[in-house]
Amino acid sequence: MARQYETVIGLEVHVELATKTKIFCACSTEFGGAPNTHTCPVCTGMPGSLPVLNRQVVDYALAIGLAANCEITRYCKFDRKNYFYPDNPQNYQISQLYLPIARNGYVEIQVGDTKKKVRIHEMHMEEDAGKLIHDEWDDTSLVDYNRSGVPLVEIVSEPDMRSPEEVIAYLEKLRLLIQYLGASDCKLQEGSMRADVNLSVREVGKEGFGTRTEMKNLNSFKAIARAIEGERERQIELLEAGKEVVQETRRWDDNKEASHAMRSKEDAKDYRYFPEPDLPPVFIDDAWIESVRERQPEFREEKIKRYQEEFGIPQYDAEILTETKQMADLFEKTTKLCGKPKKVSNWLMVETLRLLKDHGESPEDIRFSPEHLSKLILLAEDGAINNSVAKKVFRKMFEEDIDPEIYVEEQGLRMVRDEGALTEVLEQVIAENPQAVADYKGGKKKAIGSLVGQTMKAMKGKADPSAISRKLEEMLK
Amino acid sequence: MAEKISDEMIEYVGILAKLELSGREKEEARADMEKMLNYIDTLNELDTEGIQPMSHVFPVQNVFRDDVVENGDGSRGTLSNAPLSKDNCFKVPKTII
Amino acid sequence: MDIQSMTAAELGKRIRSRELSAVEAADACLEQIEKMEKQVNGFVRVDREGARKQAEAVQKKMDAGELTGPLAGVPVAVKDNICTEGLETTCGSKILEGFVPAYTAEAVRKLQEAGMVILGKTNMDEFAMGSTTETSYFGPTKNPWDLSRVPGGSSGGSCAAVAAEECPLALGSDTGGSIRQPSSFCGVVGIKPTYGTVSRYGLIAYGSSLDQIGPVARDVTDCALALEAIAGHDPKDSTSIARKSYDFTGGLADGVKGMRIGIPRGYFGEGLDAEVGQKILDTVRMLEKQGAVVEEFDLDLIQYAIPAYYVIASAEASSNLARFDGVKYGYRAEEYDGLHNMYKKSRSEGFGAEVKRRIMLGSFVLSSGYYDAYYLKALKTKALIKREFDRAFDSFDMIAAPAAPSTAPRLGESLSDPLKMYLGDIYTISVNLAGLPGITVPVGTDTKGLPIGMQLIGDCFDEAKILRAAYACEQIHAYERPALVKEGR
Repeated sequence: MARQYETVIGLEVHVELATKTKIFCACSTEFGGAPNTHTCPVCTGMPGSLPVLNRQVVDYALAIGLAANCEITRYCKFDRKNYFYPDNPQNYQISQLYLPIARNGYVEIQVGDTKKKVRIHEMHMEEDAGKLIHDEWDDTSLVDYNRSGVPLVEIVSEPDMRSPEEVIAYLEKLRLLIQYLGASDCKLQEGSMRADVNLSVREVGKEGFGTRTEMKNLNSFKAIARAIEGERERQIELLEAGKEVVQETRRWDDNKEASHAMRSKEDAKDYRYFPEPDLPPVFIDDAWIESVRERQPEFREEKIKRYQEEFGIPQYDAEILTETKQMADLFEKTTKLCGKPKKVSNWLMVETLRLLKDHGESPEDIRFSPEHLSKLILLAEDGAINNSVAKKVFRKMFEEDIDPEIYVEEQGLRMVRDEGALTEVLEQVIAENPQAVADYKGGKKKAIGSLVGQTMKAMKGKADPSAISRKLEEMLK
Repeated sequence: MAEKISDEMIEYVGILAKLELSGREKEEARADMEKMLNYIDTLNELDTEGIQPMSHVFPVQNVFRDDVVENGDGSRGTLSNAPLSKDNCFKVPKTII
Repeated sequence: MDIQSMTAAELGKRIRSRELSAVEAADACLEQIEKMEKQVNGFVRVDREGARKQAEAVQKKMDAGELTGPLAGVPVAVKDNICTEGLETTCGSKILEGFVPAYTAEAVRKLQEAGMVILGKTNMDEFAMGSTTETSYFGPTKNPWDLSRVPGGSSGGSCAAVAAEECPLALGSDTGGSIRQPSSFCGVVGIKPTYGTVSRYGLIAYGSSLDQIGPVARDVTDCALALEAIAGHDPKDSTSIARKSYDFTGGLADGVKGMRIGIPRGYFGEGLDAEVGQKILDTVRMLEKQGAVVEEFDLDLIQYAIPAYYVIASAEASSNLARFDGVKYGYRAEEYDGLHNMYKKSRSEGFGAEVKRRIMLGSFVLSSGYYDAYYLKALKTKALIKREFDRAFDSFDMIAAPAAPSTAPRLGESLSDPLKMYLGDIYTISVNLAGLPGITVPVGTDTKGLPIGMQLIGDCFDEAKILRAAYACEQIHAYERPALVKEGR
């Protein structure tokens, strides 16, 4: 019988923090921009330049550390990690090795019905590298330091995960926590969240771990899942063939669905860490921790509970609404404005999600404001517009964030409430449709539908069909 | 304790430091380093048990900057000394094989 | 009196009183440079045009009453490891040849703010690694007292230029004695301030935890004035300290009465040239006569300062100098095969032997498996040395010591044996490890006619005290000019 293998996975997750400026200089962290325009002597490693730490970086790192149940290192320091590479202008990266800001945390994940804790070994602050653009034509690479010095936290987990599903659940959990904190937008595609996967396999039931490899260049959940499957297979094949797994760093090529070793004689992997002499230590006292804790937002679990209790939203709906911070924020703000949580939930759960899906977009891309959604809900509630008009207005709002009140007026979509005008139209419809009237009076109650339809058409949709129906019934008695 | 520096070690340190030494330079480097390390080994006479390593002389801590953008387009200064550049970027030999 | 022979204070006074113009002052220095440089080689770059332009601009501001400070219009030279926007800055190295910084070091900016006129960049040991100014890519600087001798280093260019009266003031930098030792060899006054007193922003780092910029002058008053001009808290340097006081000129002439001066016994024994030791002790005795309280004591751990220093400085240097790689600025090898070969060739061709030696040592002591034994051990030793000094300053206001074991050696004598050269730093190095201020003041000449300097070491932030004592020494030994300058050769 074939041997059974278990995959053992630990993750190193890099998250770009949402500060306005870089970690050690006052350059903008804004994405894009022509090459090297967001640079200064500090983030390009000019001789004589010196780093000065951005306080907001420590604040964000603290918030993430606390949210991930970590112990905070009260006296933390920066160290230099020395290695030569052109995206690293000083040829050392300012990072933390000996005293990282947070240690020994965990997050809880759920796959299917199973809950488990993934432990966090440590989390540290560091600076991002620049970008290399490879010029295929003349065998050169071009270096752009706009990203150099953008603040990162690196979150290192224990090897606690056993499947791609767990890995993705862990990443989603981290992403959600961090997004809720507002510490990063955590977009894998844009590189503001990146994961390196440490993976080994062992026979089921065996103690201890096998030799692990580290995989880099994973920029989507799908790529991560494929890379894990691929690497698991590769390692098992090696073991089955009686060969050994070599501890190495491998680069995943998602197009080829294969990885290759990033080995080089010049790559000694000896980083010669030592305390950064240019930066004094950071001392985090109780008051600082408390102030961060106080500002900590309500997280998803708490929201799900509160939505059910406070607003009577079903659990399933509450779960969907809190899947992203954007959606939860939108829900809460709109509810506060219009005071109709169930209506808000309904618009978000049905129309919004459907349109997002149609557009291939995610909640982060929502353009309309809570103010406008609230106005739309109130218009519909007042009976100022009917349901199908409301949907039409919503579509417009989804695309362009128009003000529904103004739009309804401009387009003349407000419902006609003038009883006299309605009676006039009804009389005309009755007169023009003797057959349907006869059918109704003869007991075919359904015939009224066609009369309502005719009336709506005559009123260009600006009437409430149920009101028409009631009125008709009265008139045809 | 005399530190013996092997040829491999000199080679290895050369890789770390990105220095290419000629045969003669390697010999000199090895001799110099052995001599220096022997001298540095006198530190072992000192009892430093329980002593906190001191990386900063003064107990200064929490030196921060506010998160406010102050720098504008710095590309001119950044690239003004580049040995080779193209499209507003530094140009280097290809980094991935 | 010739313009170029005046002190900065004197020159500044005459410029303020319109007896002289800032342009005349700059011209006098440029003329003296013209005369001296072929023999001394104190400068790697003289900015003639720029200096005259600056002088004209300063004069205008002075005429408009916008500049009134004591150093306004006074020329100054800047060591070549301190960045000056638009003026090539090379650290005396081939690897930085042609590097024109896009920004100015904070210390230089403050000089400019005070209205000083930058004449050019002074020669130095490559990346400040050396004690003779012989390791410069631009050739050695000669000692104006004897052109066959070294000026000391690494700020040899600054000290020689001041001694040769090419400028009344210069900036140097001191990582292990690089201001104090050449000041001693050249018979001038140089101070290394307390770590964190002068911003390091724009100083091209050698050993970041040890480096400090400081002034070199021909008298203590000038040295204090210049220190006042460049000192100050700088938010761009996280290790910069907001001091309570930046007054260095206030009590200069207050005398040494009641000052407690410690003489470390070990400093005056074996290894010290007898004449040097005698001159220093004689001077101390004279201070005693003026009311100073002098006492011998033991500073035990000093022998461990040199090994600890070379571990820490080399380790930091190996990292600080990694940025010189042929990518962003400076020298790139002509031919190479791929990225790593480009790095190696550029660095191997761009750095000189002493720099490579220290980068190799620094990389080794930080490498996997050696960090604890060397680097951590050195940091612990540093802690012990600091503690030892703290104890000494419980009993003394300052420590009197030599700045070098001898007077200036001949060119070519020192480089043959690096370890021996390193041992020459014994009196200066521990001061950097402990972050203390130290000043060198001339106390006479030896039988060869070479100047001898005395070093006064103060407790942290006690610059005012050592300046005051140095001022008293200066009253005992009037400033002497090298024959070369005196005779106008």
